[in-house]
Amino acid sequence: MPQEKQHPGFIPRLISPRELFAEGNRGCQGCGEALAIRQILKAAGPDTIVCSATGCVEIISSPYPETAWRVPWIHVAFENAAAVASGVEAAIKILKKRGRYHDRKINIIALAGDGGTADIGLQALSGAFERRHDFTYICTDNEAYMNTGIQRSSATPYGASTTTSPAGKESIGQTTPKKDMPMIAAAHDIPYVATCCPSYPMDLLAKAAKAFNTEGPSYLHVLSPCPTGWRHESHLTVEIGRLAVETGVFPLYEIIEGRLKMNVVMEKRKPVKEYLKHQGRFRHLGPDEIEEIQRIVDEKYVRLLRRAEFDRSLER
Amino acid sequence: MGIRTGMEVSIAISEAVKLSRAEVIAAYPITPQTHIVEELARMVADGELDAKFIMVESEHSAMSACIGAAAAGARSFTATAAQGLALMHEMLYIASGLRLPVVMAVANRAMSAPLSIWGDHSDIMAERDSGWIQLFAETGQDAFDLTIQAFRIAEDERVSLPVVVNIDGFTLSHVIEPLEIESQEDVDRFLPPFKPVIQLDPDKPISIGPVGFPEIYTEIKKQQNVALVESYKVIREIWNEFRDMFGREYHPVESYRTEDAEILIHIAGSTAGTARIAVDMLREKGEKVGLIRTRLWRPYPFEDMKKAVAGVKAVAAVDRCLSFGGQGGPMCSELKSAMYNLEEKPFIAGFIAGLGGRDITIEDFFTIVKETKKMLEEGGGGEEYRMIGVRE
Amino acid sequence: MTEKKPGWKEYPLAAVISKPGSCTYHNTGDWKTMRPVRDDSKCDKCGFCWIICPDAALFMGEDGYYEVDLYHCKGCGICAHECKKSAIRMIPEEH
Ligand SMILES: Cc1ncc(C[n+]2csc(CCOP(=O)(O)OP(=O)(O)O)c2C)c(N)n1
Ligand code: SF4
Ligand SMILES: [Mg+2]
Repeated sequence: MPQEKQHPGFIPRLISPRELFAEGNRGCQGCGEALAIRQILKAAGPDTIVCSATGCVEIISSPYPETAWRVPWIHVAFENAAAVASGVEAAIKILKKRGRYHDRKINIIALAGDGGTADIGLQALSGAFERRHDFTYICTDNEAYMNTGIQRSSATPYGASTTTSPAGKESIGQTTPKKDMPMIAAAHDIPYVATCCPSYPMDLLAKAAKAFNTEGPSYLHVLSPCPTGWRHESHLTVEIGRLAVETGVFPLYEIIEGRLKMNVVMEKRKPVKEYLKHQGRFRHLGPDEIEEIQRIVDEKYVRLLRRAEFDRSLER
Repeated sequence: MGIRTGMEVSIAISEAVKLSRAEVIAAYPITPQTHIVEELARMVADGELDAKFIMVESEHSAMSACIGAAAAGARSFTATAAQGLALMHEMLYIASGLRLPVVMAVANRAMSAPLSIWGDHSDIMAERDSGWIQLFAETGQDAFDLTIQAFRIAEDERVSLPVVVNIDGFTLSHVIEPLEIESQEDVDRFLPPFKPVIQLDPDKPISIGPVGFPEIYTEIKKQQNVALVESYKVIREIWNEFRDMFGREYHPVESYRTEDAEILIHIAGSTAGTARIAVDMLREKGEKVGLIRTRLWRPYPFEDMKKAVAGVKAVAAVDRCLSFGGQGGPMCSELKSAMYNLEEKPFIAGFIAGLGGRDITIEDFFTIVKETKKMLEEGGGGEEYRMIGVRE
Repeated sequence: MTEKKPGWKEYPLAAVISKPGSCTYHNTGDWKTMRPVRDDSKCDKCGFCWIICPDAALFMGEDGYYEVDLYHCKGCGICAHECKKSAIRMIPEEH
């Protein structure tokens, strides 16, 4: 499926040239989150309202009087993007009914980092999913609190060194495995959940389009490499995202109406070492820890494959 | 024409919200506010009110959803109390900072711990500086009227600020009172549909809630404060209009038997009813005692307050809230500082009473007046404040 | 002469920004130390560089080649690294 790499027949002409996340934003060189949002908004189009959580995206996109947004945008706080989106969605529904808003379909996006999603915003997210608001929640996952200076989150992977899970004589860095946020989202039995990464733009654009066209809540979990926090060279952002997929560290899948589908099944996955080696946050790891990471990744990957197989069997 | 009826005050507030044609209601249950949102939920379920009711998973999300809804252009309402209000704290500053006209009813309740579901003002006092317009109701009619007025005030484009209507938990929220429920037609005439000043609209994409560097933050806060201070004029204007339409008067500071009074009791909320009886009884005994009640707590009505206390010897300022380690009651402190630079000022005695649902009785008011007189005779010194009815 | 800074009355309500994409005036191009240059003979106009640029700093020119917007390009080097035809090179920026 990483067609983009394999087929030169990639057709940018099919993708909107409109840049709804503007050039001139203050993202770091090679920022994966900025890239993810730029791509997602191409799928969303101008009839979109974005409700941002506090975090890198919000900071880099809105230092007054500069905004990167060319769609209506609101930032309220760190932990409540989903609740704000709930209010926006409810308001637009009733205003439409009363003839006080455009009758067009409006995509409502709640946008947060991994911290704003898996940690402090989890409750608001869960509430909004359970209430079945018609919106898309997008988590740009750079695996730590980057905006405040690379502190760990529950989405920080095992073995990564951050400023609050520093590797040291007595520590390998983060000692717990990454919280499985997409599965938590899926456990709400919402109609659409997908993992994606801007290294696979066509896959991401297709999934974003599906999410926006879903009636009811949808969830996109977007792996967003961060050169600053992961300590990799800025030109490697897309490469590292691809390696995350090719090693099975970040499998690409969709869960549609409860059925899981792997979007790309690697015949032979690359060893996780290939992924880890470019990143300063893993540089301290020895062979034992790398082996442990490989074990975690293998187990999760196999479990996903089995689940996909099982879900497929239900279709017959 | 309205109808005169007896109604639980919480239900009357829900009626007011319905008559105001609220569009989005997001709320979470907490005693003693729950009847308001239960009734609103029922109205929506029965098709009496065509609104979106979001049964959120927390008060933090209730206020967040109201903020989102108001930003999208919908008239939004919530209600809460105590722990719920405290959980909203962060969002209250954002609602006002974003200049969104959310309306909220607070059934005032004591803050934990120990857990208390009963009334006092410690919940709202913790939000004193959150930038909301803050009103206090004494009666069921007040609660009904103020709720409708709140939307009008909040949404006035010269104001664009959120408004909170305080009603005392249980002693007001849960009592049945006689009141006039106005007709939909009249309320519609008084309260036109919401025309948002700030709105999320794909045809005119704006960015709400940007990062404000030190370069601009002070200016934006100045702007917000001026709007709050100047809302005073708009509030009076709207109250006058309300009086002309419905015949009921509202004032920032309300006075009872203050002419020739030497001692004034100051209080906010429903306890004023008891205070009134105490004043009547004291007056019968020939004591020159009157009552003033703060209706508008933010913006603080400095001039009205100065006028209300002009010429009196003492004010017995009663708070249903204790500012730990400070001057006692926040309303008393405010009154004292409002008077500080005046040449002629009354002696102000602070009292804390009615914490956590403890009744404030007529006798308590007698004690308050007696102690104030005593302190006055002793030259106006003594403790900063006294707690009434506390057992040794 | 120093510019007079705006007073509080001159700011929009709640500091709302009503000019969409106003950051486009921000010259992020001066962050870069390296800049991309394209070899037309190698480029097959696939556009991958365009879609994986975090800064929307490439745009399709009339002849179908993707041009670099040097005013915004931060010089991250993703385009050069990702180009399958090795048609983009990063060269030191002259300031
Ligand atoms: C209630 C609250 N707690 C803490 C913060 C400080 N804070 C702002 S953003 C942030 C981290 C954001 O991390 P994440 O959601 O992963 O987004 P990223 O910056 O990594 O994109 C923190 C801790 C805050 N703004 N509000
Ligand atoms: S710290 Fe990371 S996520 Fe934040 S702007 Fe920089 S590259 Fe992007
Ligand atoms: Mg993060």
